[in-house]
Amino acid sequence: MADKVVIRAEDVGKHFGKLHALRGINLEVNRGEIFGLIGPDGAGKTTLFRLITTLLTPDSGSLTVLGLDVVTQYRELRRQIGYMPGRFSLYHDLTVEENLNFYATVFGTTVKENYTLIADIYSHIEPFRRRPAGKLSGGMKQKLALSCALIHRPALLVLDEPTTGVDAVSRVEFWELLRGLREHGITTVVSTPYMDEAMRCDRVALIQSGQLLSIDTPTAIMEGFTGKLYSVRAEENYSLIMALRANPHVHTAHPFGSSVHVTFNTEGYHATLPQYLHEKGIENVTIEPISPGIEDRFLELMEREP
Amino acid sequence: MRRLLGFITKEFIHIFRDLRTLIVLFGIPVTQILLFGYVITMEINDSSIAILDLSKDEVSLNLSDRLCSSGFFRQKENLNGYDDIERVLRSGKVKAVVVFGEGFGCDLITRGKASMSIIADGTEPNYATLVCNYITAIVNDFSREQNEVETGTVFLLQPEVRMFFNPELKDQFMFVPGVMAYVLIIICALMTSITITREKEFGTMEALLVSPLRAGHIIVGKVVPYMVLSFVTLVVILWVSWLVFELPIRGSLGLLIGISMLYILLGLSLGIFISTISKNMQQAIFISLMSLLLPTIILSGFIFPVENMPKAYDVASYLVPSKYYLIAIKNIMIKGLGIGYVWKETLAMCFMSAIFILLSIKNFKERLQ
Repeated sequence: MADKVVIRAEDVGKHFGKLHALRGINLEVNRGEIFGLIGPDGAGKTTLFRLITTLLTPDSGSLTVLGLDVVTQYRELRRQIGYMPGRFSLYHDLTVEENLNFYATVFGTTVKENYTLIADIYSHIEPFRRRPAGKLSGGMKQKLALSCALIHRPALLVLDEPTTGVDAVSRVEFWELLRGLREHGITTVVSTPYMDEAMRCDRVALIQSGQLLSIDTPTAIMEGFTGKLYSVRAEENYSLIMALRANPHVHTAHPFGSSVHVTFNTEGYHATLPQYLHEKGIENVTIEPISPGIEDRFLELMEREP
Repeated sequence: MRRLLGFITKEFIHIFRDLRTLIVLFGIPVTQILLFGYVITMEINDSSIAILDLSKDEVSLNLSDRLCSSGFFRQKENLNGYDDIERVLRSGKVKAVVVFGEGFGCDLITRGKASMSIIADGTEPNYATLVCNYITAIVNDFSREQNEVETGTVFLLQPEVRMFFNPELKDQFMFVPGVMAYVLIIICALMTSITITREKEFGTMEALLVSPLRAGHIIVGKVVPYMVLSFVTLVVILWVSWLVFELPIRGSLGLLIGISMLYILLGLSLGIFISTISKNMQQAIFISLMSLLLPTIILSGFIFPVENMPKAYDVASYLVPSKYYLIAIKNIMIKGLGIGYVWKETLAMCFMSAIFILLSIKNFKERLQ
């Protein structure tokens, strides 16, 4: 397995009845990287992961993972994948320790054998090893599920929205742990609806309506932003957005927390914008140019798609 | 093998940590046996009867006295004509009416035969059967004694038994085999179908599928723990039946347990099959109950004799697993017969189990959808 490419998708498509969940997916994931799949709910992230983990078969195109075909060589492949589904696959009535032991046995290994790999993660929850998994907090469940997915030392780790429903501190901690896993040579594919987490990946793919919009490093994706971006603030956000969207000189206006990210059709219009807003009865307006984040680029790409 | 053992251990933990599962496994069977048992073992004591004596001779009066002094019956009313029979039975004051025909004593002495009837209230079939059996026994005693005294003439008193309101009464209500047949299959099918669909619902199935476990591992891993616990349930049922109701097992206990385990396996494989065709727990429970509860009670011959039903029911009853089990264990427990008499039923159950297991393995999806 000298191949550098861990996942290779060529024109992969999947539909459920009339719904096209994935269309023309072309993708390469390299050994040892943390590859992020970013997109809103219903974009096809879970479907793509289920194809990679052999839980579903593609309707068209070819998909090889670790050099094995997901349709014909799925049995061999399943031994080498660690998968953490969107809903943590834990048995709530089993204790932390029992869950871990169970997954170790199922994969034909023992906790002892691979303890070094999970030590960083498991040590956080080890004090609670006799507690039923159902009584753990979201962050602890997540760490236990990750330990379970790693216990057989997989070559590829597939994490479906591991940080959804987990508090901010645990999220940050979790990404630190993932970076730590890279040292063990494990390739990680992770999906998330949170844009800020995209920055922590080596490379990311933006997915929307079953199609990949862009695959690159997070920085390169941000740099792909074409227009000039301004942040506009006012006292009342809602009427500000409505006023901006009604203006023909404004190209896009997206709310970002307490401010609105705006691009213009007309060069230099930002100088006249306060006056326009004043006419609309919106006061205390501040406008400043900002450098685009990954979410801005994502929204830009989304708008380009029909 | 180590994988399988790990899986089985996990299943046992699930079962022993869930009080509800334990109640269903052990509480329900015992409760059912006790409920059915007490319904049937009501003893006759001071039961009200009415007598319609159309002959009023020495013999009939003597026999009436004998009935009422037995301690089992109390004469509530003396009827004057056939018209009264329906009235007293309808009123519910008496459980049975004993009728002596005209010239009862005379016929008995001259012809050695006389007409006598017992008409019982069949709305409570089991009680009615008991009443009739008790009366018949007393009459038989009486006629034997008379024969000994009056040498030379042979009395033949054969009361004609008739049930009002429920003429198709079964002669023997053997509740233990019936309860075993329906409790075992419903519990086995329900438990296994729930335990597999629960993994689907909680998302743990996704992780199991991505593991190197094969369909066979998962199916065997689910069946073995329930097989062991159902065996315990079976022993408890038999033990309670023996302890509380003095149920006799005339045939071989080993054969009885062997056939019961085959039946349990059949129930479990049916449960697995149900789980492969249902998406969630609710569906599994619904299919298990709908497909098993009514057919088992109606078509197995547990309560209603299938022979008297329309042809279509009779044909359908051959698809009901509990029919074969019920025939087999009745033959073993009550008639004391050996394997030579139940091999057909055994074979039918083997065949059904094999079909369900094969269908389950074929149906069990190693992928989602």
